[in-house]
Amino acid sequence: MSNPVSDEITRSTAAELAERIHRREVSAVEVTQAHLDRIAGVDPEINAFLHVDGTGALAAAEAVDAALASGEAPASPLAGVPLALKDILTTKGVPTTCGSRMLEGWLPPYDATVTRRLREAGVVVLGKTNMDEFAMGSSTENSAYGVTRNPWDRDRIPGGSGGGSSASLAAFEAPLAIGTDTGGSIRQPGAVTGTVGVKPTYGGVSRYGLVAFSSSLDQAGPCARTVLDAALLHEVIGGHDPLDSTSIDAPVPPVVAAARQGASGDLTGVRVGVVTQFAGEGYQPGVLRSFDAAVQLLAELGAEIVEVSCPHFDYAMGAYYLIAPSECSSNLARFDAMRYGLRVGDDGARLSAEEVMSLTREAGFGPEVKRRIMIGTHALSSGYYDAYYGQAQKVRTLIARDFAAAYEKVDVLVSPTTPTTAFRIGERVDDPLAMYLADLCTIPANLAGNAAMSVPSGLSDEDGLPVGLQVMAPAQADDRMYRVSAAFEVARDAAQGGPLIHRVPDLAVTA
Amino acid sequence: MSALVDLMDYDDVLATYDPVLGLEVHVELSTNTKMFCGCPTDFGGEPNTQVCPTCLGLPGALPVVNGKAVESAIRIGLALNCQIAEWCRFARKNYFYPDQPKNFQTSQYDEPIAFDGYLDVVLEDGETFRVDIERAHMEEDTGKSLHVGGATGRIHGAAHSLLDYNRAGVPLIEIVTKPIVGAGERAPEVARAYVSALRDLLRALDVSDVRMDQGSLRCDANVSLMPKGGDTFGTRTETKNVNSLRSVERAVRFEMSRQGAVLSGGGSIVQETRHFDESSGSTSAGRRKETSEDYRYFPEPDLVPVAPSREWVEELRGTLPELPWERRRRIQQEWDLSDAEMRDLLNAGAVDLIAATVEAGASSAEARSWWVSYLLQQANLRGEELAALPITPVQVARVIELVTTGTLTNKLARQAVDGVLAGEGEPDEVVAARGLKVVSDESALRTAVEAALAANPDVAEKIRGGKVQAAGAIVGAVMKATKGQADAKRVRELVIEAVSA
Repeated sequence: MSNPVSDEITRSTAAELAERIHRREVSAVEVTQAHLDRIAGVDPEINAFLHVDGTGALAAAEAVDAALASGEAPASPLAGVPLALKDILTTKGVPTTCGSRMLEGWLPPYDATVTRRLREAGVVVLGKTNMDEFAMGSSTENSAYGVTRNPWDRDRIPGGSGGGSSASLAAFEAPLAIGTDTGGSIRQPGAVTGTVGVKPTYGGVSRYGLVAFSSSLDQAGPCARTVLDAALLHEVIGGHDPLDSTSIDAPVPPVVAAARQGASGDLTGVRVGVVTQFAGEGYQPGVLRSFDAAVQLLAELGAEIVEVSCPHFDYAMGAYYLIAPSECSSNLARFDAMRYGLRVGDDGARLSAEEVMSLTREAGFGPEVKRRIMIGTHALSSGYYDAYYGQAQKVRTLIARDFAAAYEKVDVLVSPTTPTTAFRIGERVDDPLAMYLADLCTIPANLAGNAAMSVPSGLSDEDGLPVGLQVMAPAQADDRMYRVSAAFEVARDAAQGGPLIHRVPDLAVTA
Repeated sequence: MSALVDLMDYDDVLATYDPVLGLEVHVELSTNTKMFCGCPTDFGGEPNTQVCPTCLGLPGALPVVNGKAVESAIRIGLALNCQIAEWCRFARKNYFYPDQPKNFQTSQYDEPIAFDGYLDVVLEDGETFRVDIERAHMEEDTGKSLHVGGATGRIHGAAHSLLDYNRAGVPLIEIVTKPIVGAGERAPEVARAYVSALRDLLRALDVSDVRMDQGSLRCDANVSLMPKGGDTFGTRTETKNVNSLRSVERAVRFEMSRQGAVLSGGGSIVQETRHFDESSGSTSAGRRKETSEDYRYFPEPDLVPVAPSREWVEELRGTLPELPWERRRRIQQEWDLSDAEMRDLLNAGAVDLIAATVEAGASSAEARSWWVSYLLQQANLRGEELAALPITPVQVARVIELVTTGTLTNKLARQAVDGVLAGEGEPDEVVAARGLKVVSDESALRTAVEAALAANPDVAEKIRGGKVQAAGAIVGAVMKATKGQADAKRVRELVIEAVSA
């Protein structure tokens, strides 16, 4: 059962909705209800949400309407706009599972800084989105609560780990979402769902309350259907947080202004580097063709295109799969049944605490999480540390140097976001290495702590599925990639006859 | 337990082996808040009331370094003559234990904040022994486990355990010595004197309560033996739960005797953690580990490096108080004391009291005399420490002043002190209430002298005949008549005056 008024709301951008809510042409409650209805209608098919907090969302929307009715200025440019929150950011009193059995039923006693900033900005949190367990994966197939389906083709994965957040955007269940990106978990789902996903500069958005997978790589960021919406959300969640020691104590780069500037469509004088390492074997031809067309479009907008070689990027994957598991083996040690979450084997007498810990971890973690804990435990053990963790850190330094050298020649770097379009559910579950390749192009920016985003470049000509263009920028120069992406977005829609996202197939709505 | 352990006679141990010590002291800092969060650090709160997401290690919570703790660490390092790192990091020490909320301890590993220092320790006989300091590093404390239902209160045999995380995250400084060699028979004494000196130092720095009984200062003693004259260290044991200065000494001595017996019996020492039992004075083996623990240290990615500027370090050096042993050296010089006299004062716990009395205006000789004679007697009678007497250095200084100005005689002064000790108020109040003032009315004294001479004509005659010492009887009679409130010296002068008139 489709409702034209609701459809018109759910297909709007966040910027449009905010404007109409602030002008009081539509209430935040109506907007929220339309999205809750949409979720009720399509999510049984998509499974983007692990938890929908209808009561909390409507209460937040009512508060925004009440404030506006009493003549107050909106708390932020996004006040009243609904959002889907990845289930790895803590929400006080609202379940936070990280896609794991380990945290089933856990109600956090505190809000993440991102959650708190969203609430303070009047953004309406609809619920928590599905993800690969503890953000480890590229397909959401590692979720303990079932796979999320890609709205473009429900037999295909929506990317991961933040597949729930990106799928909720493509299914018009939410106009905004929050993801977290350790090796590509925002950008790769963005690419395969035809949505925008941004990994801000490391330290640009607080990690306080983001359940850690790999502390030196994890970064929360905005997901949206347009570049401007992502920028608006970026400014709401970004900025220094004294509770996160690794948070940057500097103003948020002017990303909204940059997105608006970019929308004028002129990139004259902007130097765009094409990373030569990201092509060749393993890349789907349709992806490469879409990428080449995107580069051509950037040139037509006035950008100067330069080929750039970053030789150490070839070692990024290896370094990543030592550093991230090492940190994860330590970060996930706290899940031991003693204080919260799952507890297995505690019969009150027979078993020791150590045995209960062991049984709980055996039962509570899925195979990919266990695999990484074991890799990381091994990599950090004495006698192996220098050869693995130590060496990986050196590679990391070399990759950062490659970036620094490249950014002396160009303003931004571009590449395909991911080597292929969305693969079929089940296709790579038995082949971890094939799964890891989905993050081939996204990992270097995490290792260097730089900014990177994915903006849809079009549909692959061989399978009709979305392809992402990755735009990367130096640390704390996030605004540069927003400008380029926004300019590209306008030119792409003009060239391809309207917003790409509107070409998502209609979903059957459950009455 | 100790009955099962073979011990070697201490002298025999020393005849065959040289002991090597290594002392690890954990000090809880007395900062208001924990190492990585804003929770209070007060001792003795209701269990699990001083906790937050960070010190409970809840998913998503992050640490932030307590600047005051870093400051304390640097001051401790400076006082221990250490180098202060220009750049250092925290590291994660990974191991599973229920009282550790994250199952890793945020500590420092190969980049301690302070390193390469020393502490000069004064032994009982005044000899100085230099203990080299390897490092002092920052870390967080664990929670506390209470094991219920077992015989020993230890985890082995317990039916269940209770966890209190109030202590989890309290800032700790771990101070590690280099191997202490060459102490020989004095090894137990050196160990005790080191911990004692460290405690004095930390107290002077005002960075910790240093209460061994409450666990704010904890010592682990590593002991090994090597063949006499050798230079290859033997296998060591680490004895934990050494909770008093006396225990430090006893634990080292016990381990030396135990290890001596094992080694001379042809056995070998197992590298293990041992537990000190206060009541028996013995150590017992902890749970033996099949493999050595691999803590998988790596730099803590949730924290940024600590890089104290040289300006700040120098500024902190300027805040160091006079160190206890420097102060003692200065006081000994200023008061012109022999080593033996100084040691007596130290043993009596009188140095601070005397110094404060001098500060309040008394001469050091008078102050010393009061504290180590009359007041020490009173303390001994009461079975109390000198410092526990209910009289302050300021009050003692006032009594001394009253004597110096002639208001009180020494005898009256003792009565004034008795009054203060009895809770009768300030010295002046006691003097007034008890009517202790010296009779200084000359005419009244002369009358009393005349009366006494008249009552004892034979004594008066003796004095006139040149036996001046006979005057004592007349002085005594006058003192009796004035109820002791006359200045005996003046009375004597008046007696001589009267007979020679």
